[in-house]
Amino acid sequence: MAEVKNTAEHQQAYKERYAALGRGAAAHWPAPVQQRRAEAWQAFGALGYPTTRDEDWQQTNLAPLTHIAFSEGRGQVAPELQPRLQGHPFFDLGGPRLVFVNGVFSAELSALENCPAGVTLLSLNEALASGRPTAAAVARHADFQKQALTALNTALFQDGALIEIGRRAVVPAPLQIVYVSTGDQASCASFPRTLIVAAPESQATIVETYLGFGMERSFTNAVTEIVAEANAWVEHCRVQQEGPGAIHISAVQTYQTRDSRLSTHSLALGGELVRNGVNAVLDDEGAEVVLNGLYVLAGQQHCDNHTVLDHAKPNCRSREYYKGILDDQSSSAFNGLILVRKDAQHTDAIQSNKNLILSADATANTRPQLEIYADDVRCTHGATVGQIDAEMLFYMRSRGVGEQDARHLLTYAFANDVLQRIQSTAVRERLEAALFARWNEAQAQRAGQAAKL
Amino acid sequence: MLEIRNLQAKAGDREILRGINLTVKPGEVHAIMGPNGSGKSTLAGVLAGRDSYEVTGGSVTFLGHDLLELDPEERAREGVFLAFQYPVEIPGVGNMYFLRAALNAIRKHRGEEELDAVDFLNLARKKMKLLEMDDSLINRSVNEGFSGGEKKRNEIFQMAVLEPKLAILDETDSGLDIDALKIVSQGVNALRDKDRGIILVTHYQRLLNYIVPDFVHVLSGGRIVKSGGKELALELEDKGYAWIDDTVAV
Repeated sequence: MAEVKNTAEHQQAYKERYAALGRGAAAHWPAPVQQRRAEAWQAFGALGYPTTRDEDWQQTNLAPLTHIAFSEGRGQVAPELQPRLQGHPFFDLGGPRLVFVNGVFSAELSALENCPAGVTLLSLNEALASGRPTAAAVARHADFQKQALTALNTALFQDGALIEIGRRAVVPAPLQIVYVSTGDQASCASFPRTLIVAAPESQATIVETYLGFGMERSFTNAVTEIVAEANAWVEHCRVQQEGPGAIHISAVQTYQTRDSRLSTHSLALGGELVRNGVNAVLDDEGAEVVLNGLYVLAGQQHCDNHTVLDHAKPNCRSREYYKGILDDQSSSAFNGLILVRKDAQHTDAIQSNKNLILSADATANTRPQLEIYADDVRCTHGATVGQIDAEMLFYMRSRGVGEQDARHLLTYAFANDVLQRIQSTAVRERLEAALFARWNEAQAQRAGQAAKL
Repeated sequence: MLEIRNLQAKAGDREILRGINLTVKPGEVHAIMGPNGSGKSTLAGVLAGRDSYEVTGGSVTFLGHDLLELDPEERAREGVFLAFQYPVEIPGVGNMYFLRAALNAIRKHRGEEELDAVDFLNLARKKMKLLEMDDSLINRSVNEGFSGGEKKRNEIFQMAVLEPKLAILDETDSGLDIDALKIVSQGVNALRDKDRGIILVTHYQRLLNYIVPDFVHVLSGGRIVKSGGKELALELEDKGYAWIDDTVAV
């Protein structure tokens, strides 16, 4: 089937896809975007897939990716999966949404009629083809010259989302983008591309969700660029809950100018092999960014978070809080770099990564790094890997709370501060529900296994 | 209600309890006193089901159950309550959420209906008055950032809400100033009841001025070496624990 012995077949599949796109949709895109697309394809050819010999990829082996010839998936959700998609807590948050199925825009599943004033939600392909000026900024910020997977996405994306929040627009309900990897066909690859531009003094919450249902191997290679202009306020939630066969590699590139506020939350729940990169650039004074992350892993899941906080200008503030909960044989890596450039005096940066290990076979690797070229800054970082506290557990049990319930409560308590940092109530409540549902499911499974023994 | 027979336990390789015998009947208040390291807290921990101790001999019967066979949560649901010497801080778990989960687990076990958030809060507020507790405790995490006195008061507050059949207070008086001691004692006295047994584990006689026990036992070297009425506490106060050690042939 799709399993191949060497990577030639795998590369051929991408080559064809690149060429077909160039003849098709991309032929109608603005020249600078076509140019970047071509450069990115060349860059990917030169870089190739990173291996575990690359310092930034030591903990994550992409070999499974290179042995599969990925194809395009159907841009439709099979009827039997429809109820699961539409009933999913992250499908409808009450605001407008763009929905893509295996990378293909679905007008039918999207909801764009109630789009508030000052806000534009569009298929990126449509925006590019119609020459919308904002769309031409795509691939301007995410580095495709050095990052192979960003290059791959830049060369192969066929569609994605464009969200523009106009000057002084204040948007109450979350704006949604839903990318569905159906996972019901073997070896589908999709390359969703998202561009979010918040104009000066605007305010919005954007929820980008990656969902999958089937058991098949799928590959999602996503890149999101977020630009927050002067004094804009942006909350960005990225929820990844793909199916158990999913390989998910993403890059979020943020770019902030003066006095802007940006929170980007990364919630990684699904997939088998997941790599989430966040590269946050603070490029003018007074900008503040919060990177807030939670990864909840079980089974054989692997999740790698790679973040760079790039303080390019003085008087900016960054806060990074990533937490992991690892059960069974799951594994995680966290690599966080705070980079303070020479001019970035009075930088105020705090970074922390904490991991809760629920099983003897789970492993968490963590590597916080500082690289500081300015001399008047405040930067702190810290990392921990720990287990459920036996004394807390006994205390709760001694009051009558059952052991499993106590474990769930303590696990939830560990994650709680990450959840509380999400300001959108709709998102926070759904996440809480998703986490408890997941633990109850895991408990039911274990009970089932125990009953069999 | 509680029948301890020749109870022996060790922590690691160290024998700590070397044959404890104690009977507590409903309505009785027993004080267990003794020098540091005599095994007082071990006894409290073994009764509550702390797994850092290994029971090596003897038996404990509680209302017809073999207590040692039960998990800590099962003991709590049958009506055993341990007020911790060092109450545990649990960041991220709300004080009231936790206590409601505990109360409902116990109620469910008894076949009673679970309380919803509103009913629970009404009950909790009543009990908070008893312990003169600040309303702000409702919104805080379990014991997080509480002062020493607040933590001990929170223990007795939990006890007042859970209404156990047997309450074991492990050095609840240690480190309390006199005002806090009075409030805690008042809370415990309000819970004295003809159906409820109370075991006070303490190092200091002062507590017993406020909670007057029916019986006083002196623990030394892992055994109860002397038992008597409340006047035994006064004797200890006068003569100190050295007197006990002298009278006991080890």
